[in-house]
Amino acid sequence: MTGTIFDIKKFAVHDGPGIRTTVFFKGCPLRCSWCHNPESINPAIVDVPKAQKVGNSSFVQMETVGKEMTADELMHEILSDRVFMEESGGGVTFSGGEPFLQYGFLLEMVNRCRSEGVHTVVDTSAFTETENLMKIAVLTDLLLVDLKVMDDVLHKKYTGVSNERILYNIQVISENKIPFRIRIPVIPGVSFTDSNIMAAIDFLATLPEKPVGIDLLPFHNTGNHKYERFGLKNVFRDVPSLQSTDLEELKNPFNEAGFDVHVGG
Amino acid sequence: MNPRIQNLRRQSLEAVNRISAERALLITEFYDNHVNPADPEPVQRAKALEYLLSRKEVCISDQELIVGERGPAPKATPTYPEITVHSMEDLDILNSREKVSFLVDEDTRKAYEDVIIPFWKGRSNRDRIMQSMPDDWLNAYHAGIFTEFMEQRAPGHTVAGAKIFRKGMNDLIQEIDEVYRAVEFVDKSEEQMICAELDAMKIAARAIVMYANRHADKLDELAACEESAERKQELLDMAGICRRVPANAPSTFHEALQHYWFIHLGVITELNPWDSFNPGRLDQHLWPFYAREMEDGILDRERAKEFLEAFWIKFNNHPAPPKVGVTAQESNTYTDFTLINLGGVKPDGTNAVNELSFLILDVIEEMRLLQPGTMVQLSRVNPDEFIDRAVKITKTGFGQPSIFNADAIEKELTGQGKSIVDARNGGASGCVESGAFGTESYILTGYFNLPKILEVTLHNGVDPRTGKQIGLNTGFVASFKSYDKLLDAFRKQVQHFAEIKIKGSNIIETIFMEHLPTPFLSLIIEDCIAKGTDYIRGGARYNTNYIQGVGLGTITDSLASWRINVFEKKRISPVDFLGALTNNFASDDKLLYQLLYHTPKYGNDDDEADRHAVEVFEIFHDSVTGHQSPRGATYRINLLPTTCHVYFGSVMHASADGRRSGMPLSEGISPVQGADTKGPTSVMKSAAKIDHLRTGGTLLNQKFSPSFFDGDESIRKVSSLVRGYFRLNGHHVQFNVVDADTLRDAQKHPEKYRDLIVRVAGYSDYFNDLGTDLQNEIIARTAHESV
Repeated sequence: MTGTIFDIKKFAVHDGPGIRTTVFFKGCPLRCSWCHNPESINPAIVDVPKAQKVGNSSFVQMETVGKEMTADELMHEILSDRVFMEESGGGVTFSGGEPFLQYGFLLEMVNRCRSEGVHTVVDTSAFTETENLMKIAVLTDLLLVDLKVMDDVLHKKYTGVSNERILYNIQVISENKIPFRIRIPVIPGVSFTDSNIMAAIDFLATLPEKPVGIDLLPFHNTGNHKYERFGLKNVFRDVPSLQSTDLEELKNPFNEAGFDVHVGG
Repeated sequence: MNPRIQNLRRQSLEAVNRISAERALLITEFYDNHVNPADPEPVQRAKALEYLLSRKEVCISDQELIVGERGPAPKATPTYPEITVHSMEDLDILNSREKVSFLVDEDTRKAYEDVIIPFWKGRSNRDRIMQSMPDDWLNAYHAGIFTEFMEQRAPGHTVAGAKIFRKGMNDLIQEIDEVYRAVEFVDKSEEQMICAELDAMKIAARAIVMYANRHADKLDELAACEESAERKQELLDMAGICRRVPANAPSTFHEALQHYWFIHLGVITELNPWDSFNPGRLDQHLWPFYAREMEDGILDRERAKEFLEAFWIKFNNHPAPPKVGVTAQESNTYTDFTLINLGGVKPDGTNAVNELSFLILDVIEEMRLLQPGTMVQLSRVNPDEFIDRAVKITKTGFGQPSIFNADAIEKELTGQGKSIVDARNGGASGCVESGAFGTESYILTGYFNLPKILEVTLHNGVDPRTGKQIGLNTGFVASFKSYDKLLDAFRKQVQHFAEIKIKGSNIIETIFMEHLPTPFLSLIIEDCIAKGTDYIRGGARYNTNYIQGVGLGTITDSLASWRINVFEKKRISPVDFLGALTNNFASDDKLLYQLLYHTPKYGNDDDEADRHAVEVFEIFHDSVTGHQSPRGATYRINLLPTTCHVYFGSVMHASADGRRSGMPLSEGISPVQGADTKGPTSVMKSAAKIDHLRTGGTLLNQKFSPSFFDGDESIRKVSSLVRGYFRLNGHHVQFNVVDADTLRDAQKHPEKYRDLIVRVAGYSDYFNDLGTDLQNEIIARTAHESV
């Protein structure tokens, strides 16, 4: 069995507990306009020119974005940092893109990690079949689930899809007592509005089991150079990055509603 | 930090590094007028020390709690003309050079011109050495194949053990007398030698007591004219302490520090040993005094801290004696490499971290001084709070404390045949060198330029910079039909130069054994008294000589490049490749691009490159380890550069890894600057592929931005990273927290900083991968954070 992976990041320290290896699956059904990994959206492996300056010359070579990997190969990569995972209580995080877009491969990897005793986190938009989500959820140690925009019209406008299934899936995860964290991308003018924040809190407060924590992820335009390189439309190009300090106040309503909230992932 | 310490600290920081002619004049006077040529060498040396200590100025600075200066004032740095005599030109360079300068005033110049140079020219130990070295050694030395530590400084490289905190000079004199009585001599010459050594040790022991008493007298004098009643009492108390120690074993915390300090001064006045001297496991040695006085209510935490901080300032007042020429280039710093050890294990293998370990960490954080260097020994049995506290201090960005693997050090030392208890009493000193503290003489003999040897190999034994044949004829590059043939030739050249180096070091060792015994140091290190044998003549329980390999990253990537680009993928012929290196890639940016971006690099946990690190390690190890020296030391290897990777790079053409001509080599066992792009875990995985346990120390540097250490959770992750590396038997790691200037440089020279990771906001990225605006933003933020 093989999967399409666009990046593997070692010493990932912001994607779950401890020192982690984050595996980015390629391909995403959403089209979030603020995405800072736009090259992860297309499920296909593509060649993109990459320029490198050496001395007085510039060299352009095609760089392949995405890699077909077997489960064995990927497992080998994951286990290479095992000693650091063990020492830190870390593990592997499957992210993307949207890992559920390669459900079969994800299931295989999660199962293999489980039998190796590697702690797993799956970072998902929850825009996937509930049955698949639940199958993975019971095998992983933690889910990271995005909650982007509560208003469905705006959700469609900025991500290209309805949030109906997402909200339903979060409900199901909660009902089944699956440990999960909610991650809210804080996007100026989109999710960073009073009405959206209040709606998010209302939704989360009514869940039968609360998330173990909420991460507020400040918008940053760090993907700008990628949009340029991949020739993609970038509606947020001129919006300045938010700083963690800009989000301090935003923590209050979450705290008041009894959530454990953090800024940054 | 209380006002007294603030004041002392400021005085120390503001004191100008200067050359003092005091010692040089006194030693000249002694050898000109007072030496008795009939005395055996050890006795002559002991009397020279006695002469110095009885006549040098006693300096007691305002408000001091620990007294004694090597020179007449803080940072007034003596010279050692019996080892090296500085020329007038050297003095001019020292006075005017931009970095690590030493002020040389008119009186000093005059003393040198009229007295010191005329007396010592042609008679210093350096002159003796240079006259004795064979041509093959001189050729390799001048080509930059290796350096020689003992050419300008004396063999030191040792650390105090627990003994000196438990014994005074009177106890040692008693021990000497017992050895005298007990020893049975085989023949007359041996009897004479041992008696001379023991006599010399006794003279040295009495000399330091006399020196302490001179301080006591001066303190009494100062007390007599002191107006403040409080300070008057303090001065009288200090005079009392100086009369008790180092004559007797210390009985209080304050006495223990003053006692050590006199011994430190004795060692660095006798000669200018490399790595000055070192109290070693300070939290262990001071613990009995601290615990007792805390329990009795005599001492409180603040007072203990004040004593320690006053002690810290003494180290900072003592820059390394100035070096010249190549030796200055290999180690260009004021640091004299005292490395205070904290933590680790007790002799029974249990956790040695105590309350004092944490107090000393507070001192390190508060003092932020260049000297003394500090490190923590981290064992599996040490608690997480200990490593977390140490990592938190490294965040402040002055590179201290560095972190060492106590369990690996124990295995390294026992693997060399030391007893497990002696190994557990050991640690690391200097930069990263493992040693059995109090029982071992482990002498670093010089850096060894591994990439340069590949360059000479590729030129069939000729140094391409001079055209001189310095190596063996192992074949022209065109004749290497496979990578293995090249590697065989390289192996032969490494063996060849290791033999030359060892032969030279043995000659130098013999010169020191004959002319420059160190009776004072012999008092401190076991079993010199018991054997009646000087430290420099093999008196220590364990004797080791190290050769320090430099440029592991550069040589590894170069070999990978030759194997892959030339022999396997045949992208370029051997002759053309060598031509491109000689021409410094003159017009071949395409080749350079291939080398930099499409050739495997060490530091990415990629065996395609890392296997060559293992190859080089084994070749170097086998060429050195096991050779014996005249004093009975075993030669071994370690891998550290100090600043020698810069000098070694400067004597080389371009190399196959894409390094341009004259540029620095990689440092320690760190990857080539910027070659690692997979993060710190991959660097550590690569670095752990060589067998650290068969070295006497390796050095790994990691660069981080300060925000990596934000919050307890992040600190914990960095600590776990260290634990992981140590589980793989890594010896040492040091975190370099980068500042805004570094980031600005990274913007200008991205190729040098491909490994630089910065925290962006809730996530981290390679600095190079960020857009310019974001880079600017991070620079602005980092500048703020580092305040």
